[in-house]
Amino acid sequence: MITRRDFFAVIGGGIVIWIASDADAQESGGGGRRGMTQRMPQQVSAWLHVDEDGLVTVYTGKVEVGQNSRTSLTQAAAEELHLAPANIRMVMGDTAVTPFDMGTFGSMTTPQMWPQIRRAAAAAREMLIDLASQKWSVERGGIHIVDGKVVAGSRSATFAELTKGQQLSGTIPSSPSLTPATEWKVAGTSVAKVDGAAMVTGAHKYAYDVKRPGMLYGKVLYPPEYGAKLVSLDSSAAEAMPGVKVVRDTFKANRGLAGQELVGVVARDPLTAEKALAALKAQWSPVTGTPDSKTVYQHYKETARGGAATNPNLVPYQVAYIAHVPLEPRAAVAEFDASGKLTVWTGTQRPFGVRSELAEDLGLSEEQVHVLMPDTGSGYGGKHNGDAALEAARLARAAGKPVKRNWSREDEMTWAYFRPGGLIEVHGAVNPDGTLASWEFHNYNSGPSGLQTPYEAAQKTEQVHNADSPLRQGSYRGLAGTANHFVRECYMDELAHSAKLDPLEFRLKNLKNDRLRQVLQAAVDKFGWQAKKKTAGHGFGLACGLEKGGYVAACAEVAVTNGAVKVVRVAQAFECGAIVNPEHLSNQVEGAIAMGIGGALFEAIQFADAKLQTNRLSKYRVPRFADIPVIQTVLVDRKDIPSAGAGETPIMAIAPAIGNAIFDATGRRIRSLPMAANGVSV
Amino acid sequence: MARITHLDVNGKRRPIDADPERTLLSVLRDDLDLTGTKYGCGEGQCAACTVLVEGQPTKSCLTKVGAVAEKKIVTIEGLAPEGKLHPVQEAFLEADALQCGWCTPGMILGAVGLLKRSPHPTDAEIVSGMNGHICRCGTYPRIVKAIHTAAGKGAKA
Repeated sequence: MITRRDFFAVIGGGIVIWIASDADAQESGGGGRRGMTQRMPQQVSAWLHVDEDGLVTVYTGKVEVGQNSRTSLTQAAAEELHLAPANIRMVMGDTAVTPFDMGTFGSMTTPQMWPQIRRAAAAAREMLIDLASQKWSVERGGIHIVDGKVVAGSRSATFAELTKGQQLSGTIPSSPSLTPATEWKVAGTSVAKVDGAAMVTGAHKYAYDVKRPGMLYGKVLYPPEYGAKLVSLDSSAAEAMPGVKVVRDTFKANRGLAGQELVGVVARDPLTAEKALAALKAQWSPVTGTPDSKTVYQHYKETARGGAATNPNLVPYQVAYIAHVPLEPRAAVAEFDASGKLTVWTGTQRPFGVRSELAEDLGLSEEQVHVLMPDTGSGYGGKHNGDAALEAARLARAAGKPVKRNWSREDEMTWAYFRPGGLIEVHGAVNPDGTLASWEFHNYNSGPSGLQTPYEAAQKTEQVHNADSPLRQGSYRGLAGTANHFVRECYMDELAHSAKLDPLEFRLKNLKNDRLRQVLQAAVDKFGWQAKKKTAGHGFGLACGLEKGGYVAACAEVAVTNGAVKVVRVAQAFECGAIVNPEHLSNQVEGAIAMGIGGALFEAIQFADAKLQTNRLSKYRVPRFADIPVIQTVLVDRKDIPSAGAGETPIMAIAPAIGNAIFDATGRRIRSLPMAANGVSV
Repeated sequence: MARITHLDVNGKRRPIDADPERTLLSVLRDDLDLTGTKYGCGEGQCAACTVLVEGQPTKSCLTKVGAVAEKKIVTIEGLAPEGKLHPVQEAFLEADALQCGWCTPGMILGAVGLLKRSPHPTDAEIVSGMNGHICRCGTYPRIVKAIHTAAGKGAKA
């Protein structure tokens, strides 16, 4: 019998090639060094299997991080198989059984995996009809699939009765017959969250919850300052503790600013591990001369590769580093079997990438490493790599037992990577008729996503300047799209005011993109932009943009009281083609607004003297119930356009809409994110 | 202090053998496999670890197991003991008041406690009563809606 793995290796079809620029690699959290070129199997059996119990199992390398990919991909299969979603079981992000996947990021699940699952399911549907046709000697045209049964006149059979547990052998045709969006019955509807019931009862198992027989608990000693090197270690007190093993090891490569050296402890329970860690006496080399969170913007400019911009009229904006704060920190359990094969359960957006990292670090072949991704308690781009997995694996190897390495919140907020900080300089000129004459935009360090303006301008210069980042940085929901939209949309507001034009009118005058105009109109209509009335301390702002096939526009009302900013009301319109699941899309849009308010108003990583000062939730404020405005969403459904992702773009308009509203309320133009960590001076 | 040998969880007297200094959170998760109770911050800032102690929402990450050895503890696994969902659980599903679900158990138990204190809370009472809970996915408006729905159904702990 050949295994699923062998099957892919032997017969795998169409080749997908991904080309990553330096900037992409930087933004994807340092991942993607390997495995960028892989085969996307075209065998139906690689993607789905009709089980003898009557369920259909669907395999995908994508993972569930809260964005409801498990549900949307279930809908994809259900739609094309004419099968109820409850009869579909998704197996996700398991490197032993799911087809290779680069990772769950970049809003790619919906535009790429969703149609792939539909194609596989549509091909399976046709094969089931073939099977019935042969078995019953009935013409294909007389056979239909209705509610999960293959039917021809008075004859009917379940999928399982036809396949009897055998694989569906055949390839996915290049253009299988897919159900058009206008005829969808399951796709396009608000199918309830798959596994929702297990989540509200606490039964659902996440990476942090994995337990293995004989498992030990691991803790890792990190430097007191990032970049510090271990000078000496006295571990005698820790080693004297019952059941404690102290591990000293060296990773193959540097792990960000935590260094290459591993000093860890393992123990039978977490408290003992914690006490053993505290008993380690370490000396570290001091670190000096690093930029702090105030001087870092100048540092970007000084270290810009290829030099800095020279136009003296450029207006500088700043964007702080911020943290993802996934409520479930990174976690991994690693276990070696007697043959030396490694299995790791870990919360990651890139299970195959983590497999490569583990194989490379431990000197194993990829076949010797099995990574499973139980669902994880969110990621937002923050769980691209295998930090916890690597630690767990090395500790497990040293201990000779399975080891659980769950990061604490402090570990997460110190040694994970951050959304890049940035310095952005912008300048534009407006013609007497209100059209843009020129547009110049320079992004230092924060990245290229969403860099290009959707507005028309006779002359455009848009440039990313890579620079030295003192902190470890990587992917974050929307990447630099949030920073670039913040600056562009606030500066457009500046230009509108200096040209004495209404901000909406000024945008429409310079915008030809129909889809963006449509969401902008939808947002202002919902908000009542034209009818808004100013009252003391209140202000109104709007912003819009597009990225990754999503179009977003937001209107915000803020109230500024003694310098404290409260977002009162937000209306946001979003369009990403044909809507896959309206309720879940609305949830994403609302959630992005809520999260975006944090980065807009108060989230910022503070650091000085090579220490992170915002290393706990008590020192780093994230949005709470009291910060949330009345949120009105408008979802524009374009059944004529293929569906795009929605996890990122809806976060991009909220910060500039708030910034423009603060200006409207106070006359103060705030050119830095966050805008009101300690309120605004009025 | 002597080791803790029993814990009254979800209506059952469960044998354990724990250092009294360990957190209730760790004993529930690591010893009793009640992993529905979640770690989020370890300093009482996010309330993902909320359980009910004598009916009161309590942050298990800040609670030493020695302090609750004789008390009645209810975790998320004990809220629907006969498989029938509690009205607050039902309301969370109905409102789609979750994304990743990590904050959900603590959020639900916090809401159960709130509705016990205030059976028909206003928006403002929900916001102030639940403000210690973090949902990083930002489903706050849906959670407010779910609590109203559960209140309408007369949810009780």
